[in-house]
Amino acid sequence: MAFDNLTDFFEMGRHGVYVWSVYGFSTVSLALITWSTLSKRHQIQETLRKRFLRDKTI
Amino acid sequence: MHPVRKKRLFVIMIILVLLGSVVSLIMYALQQNINLFYSPSQIVTGEAPYNANIRAGGMVVEGSVARDPETLAVSFEVTDFRHKVKIEFNGILPDLFREGQGIVAQGKLNSNGVFVATQVLAKHDEKYMPPEVTEALENAQNTSLNNTSNIQPTY
Amino acid sequence: MSWTWFHKLGSPKWFFHWSKSLALPLFGFGCICLLFGLVWGVAFAPEDYQQGNSFRIIYIHVPAAILAQSCYLALGLSGLVFLVWQMKIAPIFIKAVAPVGAVMALMALVSGAIWGKPTWGTWWVWDARLTSVLVLFLLYMGIIALQNSLNDVTLANKAVAVISVVGLINLPIIKYSVEWWNTLHQGATFTLTEKPAMPAEMWVPLLISTIGLYCLVAGLALWRMQTEILIREHRSNWVKQEVMKDGL
Repeated sequence: MAFDNLTDFFEMGRHGVYVWSVYGFSTVSLALITWSTLSKRHQIQETLRKRFLRDKTI
Repeated sequence: MHPVRKKRLFVIMIILVLLGSVVSLIMYALQQNINLFYSPSQIVTGEAPYNANIRAGGMVVEGSVARDPETLAVSFEVTDFRHKVKIEFNGILPDLFREGQGIVAQGKLNSNGVFVATQVLAKHDEKYMPPEVTEALENAQNTSLNNTSNIQPTY
Repeated sequence: MSWTWFHKLGSPKWFFHWSKSLALPLFGFGCICLLFGLVWGVAFAPEDYQQGNSFRIIYIHVPAAILAQSCYLALGLSGLVFLVWQMKIAPIFIKAVAPVGAVMALMALVSGAIWGKPTWGTWWVWDARLTSVLVLFLLYMGIIALQNSLNDVTLANKAVAVISVVGLINLPIIKYSVEWWNTLHQGATFTLTEKPAMPAEMWVPLLISTIGLYCLVAGLALWRMQTEILIREHRSNWVKQEVMKDGL
């Protein structure tokens, strides 16, 4: 580990705000695009399945 | 490949080449505006306008930094290893500012050929190194210098 | 040379089946790699002698910037493939990947701005590199907007393919901007011909997080393409069988 203790790790020699905001922003962006991708994928599959089931019963 | 497709590919390529050359011509014409800063050589040879808001960039000359002990005023020289330009600045310098560092200053060139800066930005290169390594390198350089000076008399 | 694989890959049905079992492993591997590279970079890699710990932003900034450009290269090439071969899968790819590329470009811009403040002394400067990457982000946004505003699929396919191809011109400008003009931005960190100008304990985690982000993005792209294929082919029989067979 490049840091002696946890406080140093979070402070990053007064660059902590910059480093952690970049990591935070990127994590949130990646999470959002992943979530939107998967929910859309799931939603389409379900919509189509319901439609096909309905067509079958008619 | 099918002749129709071949033709389409050819047409697209021609369009891309034409578009590419248009863009490069425009960029060539605008070159001076796309450049972020004037180099000391350009300033000394009079390419840079006087009293206009421009940027100047170069390497801070070793030993040229003079700080006013009472105010934030600082003056230093920048070089591109051909010419030097003096820069005066009154404000807070970025952390990375040091002698031998590349900088870009925004401000005006006065009639004495001194660049009066309103903002100084630090430029850095793509070489990254841990602090211990730089120390080791400096030590190695010093010892090798000592060695050569030691060797020389025996010649 | 046989072109069968090319035409096969271009068939949405074939692509769907081929990519179905590939998306999750790619995405998972990408996440693990990225996490590994980032933890290494943020906690174990040494600090930089000049920039101190703000250097650790490189482990996000460089992978995001590389991906933003790679995604665009892929976008432009598939635009070309669509215009020349009318391959059905190409516009599906463009529609699926453009938003991911936009996120990558945004990450590169934001991380670069936050990195610029403590090192250069400014969030933003209109130098050639920063401006051309902003143009890349705007190209992505333009492609997304055009795609969403055109309801006619045939027209949308064509229009989007055309701007993707035209936007390719921006890529060499981004790459060589730091060489052609005076910029505040430094030169390239990774090049194909030379070793990176930093010790291995700094560039190995960077390489790992770059590979990780590549795989993560590839996984996302496959899922998004599958979604788009289901939408576009919902009338065909194979989609019906596929959907009734399983959940996700």
